[in-house]
Amino acid sequence: MDFVRAKDVAEAIAAKAERPDAEFLAGGTDLMVAVNLDDHRPQSVIGLRHVAELQQMDDTRIGAGVTWDRLERAPQRALAQAARTVGSPQIRAAGTIGGNVGTASPAGDGLAWIAALDAGIEVASVERGRRIVPWAEFFVGVKRTSLAADEMITAVVLPDEQIEAQEFAKVGSRNTMVISTVSCVVARVGSGYRVALGSVAPTPMRAFQAEEMLNDETSPSPAAIAEFGRLVAAEVRPITDHRSTEAYRRHAAGVLAGRLLERCLSS
Amino acid sequence: MTVSLTINGDQHTSTAAGWESLLSVMRDEIGLRGSKDACDQGECGSCSVVLDGTLVCSCLIMIGDCEDASITTVEGLAGSGALHAVQEALLDEGGVQCGFCTPGFVVAGAHLLEANPHPTEDEIREALSGNICRCTGYGGILRALELLSNAPSGGDA
Ligand SMILES: Cc1cc2nc3c(=O)[nH]c(=O)nc-3n(C[C@H](O)[C@H](O)[C@H](O)COP(=O)(O)OP(=O)(O)OC[C@H]3O[C@@H](n4cnc5c(N)ncnc54)[C@H](O)[C@@H]3O)c2cc1C
Ligand code: FES
Ligand code: FES
Repeated sequence: MDFVRAKDVAEAIAAKAERPDAEFLAGGTDLMVAVNLDDHRPQSVIGLRHVAELQQMDDTRIGAGVTWDRLERAPQRALAQAARTVGSPQIRAAGTIGGNVGTASPAGDGLAWIAALDAGIEVASVERGRRIVPWAEFFVGVKRTSLAADEMITAVVLPDEQIEAQEFAKVGSRNTMVISTVSCVVARVGSGYRVALGSVAPTPMRAFQAEEMLNDETSPSPAAIAEFGRLVAAEVRPITDHRSTEAYRRHAAGVLAGRLLERCLSS
Repeated sequence: MTVSLTINGDQHTSTAAGWESLLSVMRDEIGLRGSKDACDQGECGSCSVVLDGTLVCSCLIMIGDCEDASITTVEGLAGSGALHAVQEALLDEGGVQCGFCTPGFVVAGAHLLEANPHPTEDEIREALSGNICRCTGYGGILRALELLSNAPSGGDA
């Protein structure tokens, strides 16, 4: 196996341009599970752990290499809440948001937040330089993204919007070290509401009908909050698998969305 | 590929395939079998080591990524002939039964006390939450760390 330790983004994308089959390695908490349990044998790996730029973060830009333990203290409240639920201290110390985006699992706990805040994924290549791909174009299927063979993820970038409130929660089969059965983020952005969910469709998704129903209402009535939850439950597209059933996921999505909306309203 | 790394202050060279885990290289190539392999998927913490100052699961670290890395394992914690304070406390408080999880708890506990010599109960539980024990019910393990936390010199007791 050939291993390139990139020292900056330029080096990483140059290596990737030369080796389209190479795989990026950040924390390895997804990639090494594939190696250990699924006999995945990478031929060529580009290590990103020493790329300083990827570790930078501010209010609107989170480098791909920022680890979950740092995101636990992120200024973006719902992202910090999501980070807190990822794996264990050892997993949070190694795993990164860029790896979560790169894996693009429907259960990735950072992905509902990205969808709720309409974030873009900044990617880089030698050929096309940097560009920002809207999240809805980036995530195209279960563990599938639109990232080109010569590209890498450099950051998650937030649009310049006034976020009034944001709340994350997830449901799983126990309290810690658990893959989401359903995850949800509700945010109040400007005068509107956003609701995004994970583990209920092949990609992270927004429940637009529920968002539109609330419209610009500053203090939705209890009936409107209940209707919001009902619309979310109707709009999600979950499946039954080894973790849960379609019916339970639908139910939980509605409950979580209603609860998080209430938290946004009282914050 | 060839990777040079430092483990417990000693220089080692690995010629294993680059995708092998640090854990399998330590156990099978270098002969350091203190770190245990219970799950190979980051769930149990029995393979916990400190890599360049960070507590990680060595089963999830690719050896190809370890060039020039500095690693501390359970073997590096006990001094010449003497046990580490965390090991002593685990013995005193009955925090060891089959012992399979113990190296991971020792490394995680020592890592906590180094950063925070007087952790609260919540901080102890949090710091050990990536380590699973199937035997003890955790009582003895938590008491061991509390004992050290309450000692005047904290983790250096
Ligand atoms: C025990 C355990 C518990 C877990 N719990 C959770 C959980 O609760 N919630 C959750 O969401 N996830 C969980 N995970 C999954 C994993 O930890 C996360 O998805 C993490 O964010 C992956 O990041 P990483 O840096 O380790 O990725 P890596 O394994 O290094 O990479 C993952 C994928 O992304 C690609 N990649 C990485 N960086 C880039 C980049 N910059 N550009 C392009 N591609 C890139 C890699 O090639 C690879 O395909 C868990 C994993 C384990 C082992
Ligand atoms: S063997 Fe590494 S966490 Fe279980
Ligand atoms: S003592 Fe047996 S697993 Fe902990």
